Parts: sequence; structure tokens; C-alpha cells
Amino acid sequence: MAQVKTYVRPMGGWWRRNPYFVRYMIREASSVFLAIYSVILLVGLWRLTQGAAAWEAWLGALTNPISILFHWLALLTVGYHAYTWWKVAPKTAPDLRIGGRPLPECAITAGGLLGTIGASILIYVIVRWL
Amino acid sequence: MKRSNEPIFWSLFGAGGVLSALVAPILIFITGIIAPIGVWMPPDALAYPRALGFAQHWIGQLIILALISLFLFHAVHRIYHGLHDIGVHAGTGAMVAAYGSALLGTLIAAWLLIAVGF
Repeated sequence: MAQVKTYVRPMGGWWRRNPYFVRYMIREASSVFLAIYSVILLVGLWRLTQGAAAWEAWLGALTNPISILFHWLALLTVGYHAYTWWKVAPKTAPDLRIGGRPLPECAITAGGLLGTIGASILIYVIVRWL
Repeated sequence: MKRSNEPIFWSLFGAGGVLSALVAPILIFITGIIAPIGVWMPPDALAYPRALGFAQHWIGQLIILALISLFLFHAVHRIYHGLHDIGVHAGTGAMVAAYGSALLGTLIAAWLLIAVGF
């Protein structure tokens, strides 16, 4: 039996060959940060059920430099995800029409980004002053 | 033809995507950066009585459950489908592990919210 030597393009590091794929992988990686953040919140909720001392210990752990660094990376990647989410929203949203005309793509993206900014300001104000 | 389970998981993924796009950056910024560092936030912003009051109010409970559950379902969907991109050809086991862990996280959150009281 003759071995057929077909060239198979190696796929290792495929996403580093093109900036488009690098951005894609950063967006996908944001989900790992989001999952870890969810678990951090879940642990916080668990500590809250154990009383004031446990809750204070959880808050104390969040001041660890490694925790701060993690949250900066999470903010960058999850923030980038939020931007890409609204960027593709015109493709994924149901057909939105106003007066029979489809809503312009930039209006959907802008609406989403304004929603993020508005929600962020609202949450900051509530946590800080209410 | 066997019915696909994809619509259920895509709905949870989509809901988590919208929720995370709206509020995840500011929440990470507040709970993970400015509150621990102590800038732009009063020191008692996340103090025990406030946090407990929030977790014992039904609106706070709905918010906490929605955040943890939908963030998890969004993230595991991405991670599960992203395995292919890093050369891991995941099967049913990985799928069960992914969505199962999100479901487990949801159930633990619900149980803790009942434990924290009303």
C-alpha cells in the first residue's frame, strides 16, 4: 500500500496569523473571565450567609493584588465583549422595523452601547448614593 | 428528526450575553476594583448590613440569581463551543459538564438565597 502524502496545513496557533482571529479569541476568552467572576460572586453570596466576619473576609480577599489584577483583565475582556456584542446585534436581533423600514444597523449598535453606558451610570449611582 | 436542544441553550446564552454586555463591566469595576481599592466609593458601600439587606430583598434576590445564572450559562456556552477553536473536539461529556456546571451554579445560588433569609 502506497502511503498518500497529502499536505495538511498545520492548525497550531491558527488564530495568531490574523488580527481578526486574535480579536475573535479575545472575545471568546472574555467568557472565561466572566465564568470566574460569576464564581467569585457565588462565593461572596455563600460567605454572606455565614455572617459578618465571613463577608468581611471575602471583601478582604478582593483587596489582594492578584484579585485586583484579575478584575482589571476581566474588565478589559468583558468590556470588549460588550462592545462586540452590540456590534453584531444588528445581525442577531430580530427584524426590527419602524414605519415599515428596517432600523438602521448603526442605530441598533448605538442603542445597545447607550444602554450599557446608561445602566453603568445607574448602577454606580445606586451603589454609591442609595 | 431529533429535536435540537440548541434553542434552549442559545436563549440562555443570548440572555446572558445581553445582561453581561449591559452590566458586567460596571459590576466588575465596582466589586473588583474601586470598592477594594477604596476610590470613588464610600468605605461602607459593600458593608455587611447593606449587602445582607440587598440579598434578603426579593428584588435583590432576583438580580443576584439572574446575574450568576445567566453569566454562567453564557460563559459555559462560549467555552464549550470555543473548545473546537483550541483543537479540543469535545463530545457529549463536555457538553454535559459545561451546561451541568452552569445549572449547578444556579441551584447553589438559589439555595444560598433561601439560606440567607427574607
